[in-house]
Amino acid sequence: MNRLALAAALLGTAAAPLAAETHRVEAAQGAAALQEALILAKPGDVIEMGEGRFTLTDGLSLDVDGVTLRGMGMDRTVLDFTGQQGAGEGLLVTSDNVTLRDFAVENPRGDGIKSKGADMIVYSGIRVEWTGGPKETNGAYGIYPVESTGVLVVNSRVSGASDAGIYVGQSRDITVRENIVTFNVAGIEIENSRNALVTSNIANRNTGGLLVFDLPGLPVMGGGNVILRDNVVKDNDTPNFAPKGNIVASVRRGTGVLVMANDGVLIEANAFENNPTAHVMVVAYTQPFDDARYNPHARNVIVGRNAFGRGGDDPQIDGKEMLLAAFGGALPPVLWDGLSESPDTALKIVPGVTGWSLGLSRVGQSLAEARPGPLTLTPTELYTFPAVGAPAALEARLK
Amino acid sequence: MRLAGALLALACAALGMGLARADVTGPPPVSDAAILGEGFPAKLSDFAFFTQGRAQMPSRGVHPYALNTPLWSDGADKLRFIYLPQGTRLTADGEGLLRFPVGAAIIKTFASGEGADRRLIETRVLLHRADGWVALPYRWDAEQTEARLALAGGRVNLTTPAGEAISYAIPNKNQCKSCHSKDGAVIPIGPKARNLSAQWLGAMVRQGALDRVPRGGGTLPLWTAQRASDAAAPLARAYLDVNCAHCHQPGGGASNSGLDLRWEQADPHAYGIMKRPVAAGRGAGNRDFSVLPGRPEESILLYRMDSTEPGIAMPELGRSSVDHEGVAVVRRWIAEMK
Repeated sequence: MNRLALAAALLGTAAAPLAAETHRVEAAQGAAALQEALILAKPGDVIEMGEGRFTLTDGLSLDVDGVTLRGMGMDRTVLDFTGQQGAGEGLLVTSDNVTLRDFAVENPRGDGIKSKGADMIVYSGIRVEWTGGPKETNGAYGIYPVESTGVLVVNSRVSGASDAGIYVGQSRDITVRENIVTFNVAGIEIENSRNALVTSNIANRNTGGLLVFDLPGLPVMGGGNVILRDNVVKDNDTPNFAPKGNIVASVRRGTGVLVMANDGVLIEANAFENNPTAHVMVVAYTQPFDDARYNPHARNVIVGRNAFGRGGDDPQIDGKEMLLAAFGGALPPVLWDGLSESPDTALKIVPGVTGWSLGLSRVGQSLAEARPGPLTLTPTELYTFPAVGAPAALEARLK
Repeated sequence: MRLAGALLALACAALGMGLARADVTGPPPVSDAAILGEGFPAKLSDFAFFTQGRAQMPSRGVHPYALNTPLWSDGADKLRFIYLPQGTRLTADGEGLLRFPVGAAIIKTFASGEGADRRLIETRVLLHRADGWVALPYRWDAEQTEARLALAGGRVNLTTPAGEAISYAIPNKNQCKSCHSKDGAVIPIGPKARNLSAQWLGAMVRQGALDRVPRGGGTLPLWTAQRASDAAAPLARAYLDVNCAHCHQPGGGASNSGLDLRWEQADPHAYGIMKRPVAAGRGAGNRDFSVLPGRPEESILLYRMDSTEPGIAMPELGRSSVDHEGVAVVRRWIAEMK
């Protein structure tokens, strides 16, 4: 037993809680020392990881509230999971009020960092990377908070995820800001979640840049109130490398933003460039489902003012040649399936936004029955949208 | 039935010890202080659950038990015990988990090899303290004289009964919780009345260690007694309940998947039939559904059971090899499904 464990065994009988402490673990001390420090941490403690590479064969986990796990920088402290033999993710967090910052996770066999039921969590300055580039055998999610209230992911980088680089699922009150996501199937995905602000991120060279999904059959559904604002969504042209069966395997190469189902999504002030299928796609859930609680329509989706550059010129869509010819060599920026639950909640666009519609008339209809044509919505300047995002307390933790 | 025989022998030995205690100065009783204290005892012997650790000879108040359908862990033999402090007893709660008094402990030793060659790998303890359950792993030393606290877990190279050389993983303290958790609290998994034999339940009542034999006790099939002609569904559902449902249930570690593999779940979609994956990643293995009736090879559930690859293999923790017997039963269940 090492010194830390001994100290804890001795102190375990103390009645009063100890003052928060900083415990430093050097890479040379190895994985067991790091895992022990995570287990023995007391609420409020800081676990500081030294510079260098920690070599891990098993997943790490943290289950103590209020702990900060900190490295010396996303390029200086690396948790290397290349030789991982067990566990479904690199690091698993299951406690509240945790801050993760300034370290990297490389080549986890499953997900990178998963936080489940971990309210009020901050990921700051984290890098998750599969260093061999995009491959189907890479893990699914890089940064993966799920079933949590209060999530802030900031200043982080994810590359190579075979599902989503940053995936926030079944959560609420979320900010994903100033991250760079490259060479993932989905750059950033907000799924079955509410009150999410996705802003000032760069999504580059993914299959699809920013995805907002609501799926049936899950404990938490009814996703919505999501704002995508001030993001750069560029060159998302990597062929889809997700294992089939996963919903993102259906994302077309060259998608900028994809909204599937959901109630309330605002897309404004983003810069789109060279997304060859569509800069923005708004569709209903397409697969059969048996869940009375679920609404497959995309409702109250607003495409505000965005900078739309070149795009839609090499769409991964059947009948591409015909479509390109019909639209003069490139499809307009917004692709809508034409489905709405009611005229009130149908897709809204501001003046100047152009697009095209598949002209479908019912949810689940085959694309073979599509009647493509230009978007004929009446633009509106007027829209309101609630303020959304992570609680201010999470932003305050960054100071 | 080898295991049951061993257990019987063990129980007799325990009885013998109890008789011996009457006339000579016996070994020290189980340390209630170690169980109830706030610390993490450094050695398994600090608890005195055993009069002889290596032989796994239980102390007074420590009751051996077995499960009808056990959790599979790389084929390791498991020696299971429940400790009840003097003057306390278990309370039945229908077919579900027995209720344990504060001060109780559940002890499970993992062993490989037979007879004189048997080696103890690790002993996991669940301690019922005043503020809830605490799970701790202890690793047996090479000399087999002591098991020491292994908070961070560890790995042991061994050969499974199936002859596979594997790197066996001892879970860390947090990983204990990832299985033993519901709604964020640590709980026992195994000792549910439905998965304990009616015989054992009856014996516990007679000893005053259990309040009554509950209705629904002993209803899970006896895994070791299965025959090829038995219906696959009860065996498969029992297997999935015991091996998967501690995570795959509402409030469990894998609740976000929406997959609920509990024995009592009656909704086919919830237990995987025609259910699409959510966050399976490459675990989906190019398959569309958890269970596709009649098509075991196209069912994600079987694909993940049949893999040892981290990120694909299920369960994620607790095994480094494939349970071919379990896979065969689940395969038959899906194949026979209309």
